[in-house]
Amino acid sequence: MSSQQKNPLIEFLASVQLAIFLLFLLATTAIIGTIIPQNAQPALYVEQYGPMAAHFFQLLDIPDMYNSWWFTGLLALFTANLIVCSADRIPRLIRLLRRDNLETTPEQLARYELLRRIDMSLTHPDHNAQLDHLRQFFRKHGWKTQERRKDNGVLLFAQKAPWSRFGVYVVHASILVILAGAVLGSPAFARKVLKQNNFAYKGSIMLPEQGSTDHVISSKGGDPVIDLGFTLRCDHFHIAFYDNGMPKTYRSQLTVLENGKEVLQQDIEVNRPLKYRGVTFYQSSYQPYQDYTVQLRKEPDNIVTSQTIVPARQIQWQEGGISYGIINRERQGEITRRVKIWLHDGEGEATQLWVEMNQETVIERASGKYLLTIKQVYATGLQAAKDPGVWLVYLGCLLMLVGLYIAFFLSHRKLFAFVGTSGSSDLLFAGMTNKNKVQFERIFTRMADKLEQR
Amino acid sequence: MDSSLLFGFTMIAYILASAIYIGGLLFKTPRLGLAGTCLTWGGVAMHSVATLLRWQESYQIGAGHAPLTNMYESLVFFALCIALTHLFLEHRYKVRMLGAFVLPLAALSMAYASFSPRIDDSIKPLIPALQSNWLIAHVVTCFIGYGAFAVGGALGLVYLLKNSRTPKEEQAAHSLLPGLAAIDELIYKTLIFGFLWLSAGIITGAIWANEAWGTYWSWDPKETWSIITWFLYAITLHVRFTRGWSGTRIAWLSLVGFVAVLFTYFGVNFFLSGLHSYGSS
Ligand code: HEM
Repeated sequence: MSSQQKNPLIEFLASVQLAIFLLFLLATTAIIGTIIPQNAQPALYVEQYGPMAAHFFQLLDIPDMYNSWWFTGLLALFTANLIVCSADRIPRLIRLLRRDNLETTPEQLARYELLRRIDMSLTHPDHNAQLDHLRQFFRKHGWKTQERRKDNGVLLFAQKAPWSRFGVYVVHASILVILAGAVLGSPAFARKVLKQNNFAYKGSIMLPEQGSTDHVISSKGGDPVIDLGFTLRCDHFHIAFYDNGMPKTYRSQLTVLENGKEVLQQDIEVNRPLKYRGVTFYQSSYQPYQDYTVQLRKEPDNIVTSQTIVPARQIQWQEGGISYGIINRERQGEITRRVKIWLHDGEGEATQLWVEMNQETVIERASGKYLLTIKQVYATGLQAAKDPGVWLVYLGCLLMLVGLYIAFFLSHRKLFAFVGTSGSSDLLFAGMTNKNKVQFERIFTRMADKLEQR
Repeated sequence: MDSSLLFGFTMIAYILASAIYIGGLLFKTPRLGLAGTCLTWGGVAMHSVATLLRWQESYQIGAGHAPLTNMYESLVFFALCIALTHLFLEHRYKVRMLGAFVLPLAALSMAYASFSPRIDDSIKPLIPALQSNWLIAHVVTCFIGYGAFAVGGALGLVYLLKNSRTPKEEQAAHSLLPGLAAIDELIYKTLIFGFLWLSAGIITGAIWANEAWGTYWSWDPKETWSIITWFLYAITLHVRFTRGWSGTRIAWLSLVGFVAVLFTYFGVNFFLSGLHSYGSS
């Protein structure tokens, strides 16, 4: 394991220079994809950049550069770098931590940067009293001591957070965990390596109200139809607006069916998806149809009807004894805000009035009271994602934050106190830290001052 | 009193504080520095109250949300983060006169938010995609990081300016500023603090994207630029920690990093297109 007989490839992969170079390459090449549009139609590149450049882009996969062979290659090399570099250093760190601190000699202590010689003979003339005092002193300040008797004295040693030296490697490992999660959840990996396209995918669904489906359309590559393994139905889609006309809510009521049986019903909104058997359904878009669902209740007979109708066509409701239809609409783009209803029961003038969407309107006629609710028919647009790697990504993120905290804010601190038996009753008080030197220096000075006072 | 008036006073407080800090530095009058500190504290207090007021006002118009959702609100919050980071450093490391370099950034951010014709300061309700608690977590973490990097950039500038003087001139003009070694240490401290929060910001953004769209990472330009910025600071930490860089070179990297932060924050909105909504308002 000595460093002289290292394989040059390993040495190359273990070097921090390579890491810095790769980080620099990743940072600079990543810019390309923020300037040149990604995943656009091939014609666009020819149009914007000319046929020569477009061909060159094709060669280098620029239109999908973050999945290109060379960018993935850079990431792979970076991963190898990270693994080899850490694997190279961790054993060294373990050896460093295993080293017997009580072996430290007074001569070595004398060379420490944080060092104080304290004459204890005035306060504690007796050697054992000195030791007792020191043990208590350390304990009172939250340091647990070990000690060893040496030829010419006793060495007390205490340390804090030696494990904090692993913080850096927690950060490095977290990056590997995140990358592993990204690979596990990648549709390309499911398709090309696992040969199982429903292991991980991203796709979309357009479901009309009351419609149902048991597959999704894959967003990219491979067989476009992916089997869900269960059935998803959209019961309702609902859209609401603020007073100023901005959209406020998109909501779909979804039902999951297994073998024709309803097993789960849930409303989803943007930011509140439905999760079922590893698949997550997100509200992503909608499409208004020019059809309307009408619900009518006649009182006092208490009979009801529900029908989907199109505008400008007269509908008969024989049981209820009326005919009705939509004779005008007020729309904003494709979205209907109000419709004008025409309703006649064969006696006197027909009723004509504007009704709001989704609000019950009461129409009094000679033949009875009609309660009418009208609703535009929509299709809901859903994204479906199955990402079995996302928990690893989240775990890696958590590890990274914990690791960064340890690496930046905690440090491995050591304190030594050597009490001589022979001749001089000087105490050697020494300290050492691997980081945050200024802060530890302050603590060390305060402790040394206290030792001197008494 | 409404929040916009109070934000106006806050801006004035920051501008005056900047002027006083700079004056104190130029005329070597430490007592002016004390006045600068008092003004900054006053500004931060008004700033916090104004933020809470704006939050409450948003409920009054039926759009209830934390004031962190568009370019105006983020610029204002950026200024708060810068001022708070400065006050923290000033308190902890006794580096009052650095305010001459840091507070102008807070003042500039407030002034840009208030006066730029491209920036709309009205309170708007939230479109469905922004209705998420992750939005608050995302913006707060990112901007704490940005605030620290802004201070880091200013410190980098101080280092380079101070370093370019001949020693005699230095004695005269900069005796109120900390020494080069102390600035170097402060740069490192602000960068690691910023790096931790930028990492948290990228992570909360990814979680939010996953909650809203089902993809935690889609290489949208803003995401890409945030990771580029993150890479730059990762490089800075590594060259410092493993290659022993310090001083001038780290000061330059701290400046370059801050330019990347600014590009991620503004440049992406103005020059590139993407999912993030701040640019459009
Ligand atoms: C983006 C990816 C990376 C991140 C976020 C990262 C993060 C960190 C952090 C936070 C530190 C501690 C620095 C400090 O205490 O100031 C560190 C140290 C270090 N990193 Fe990385 N690192 C990354 C990639 C790499 C790679 C690929 C290598 C491989 C060569 C590497 C090698 C090292 C080494 C050798 C140290 C010093 C460890 C020590 O002896 O204390 N890093 N890294």
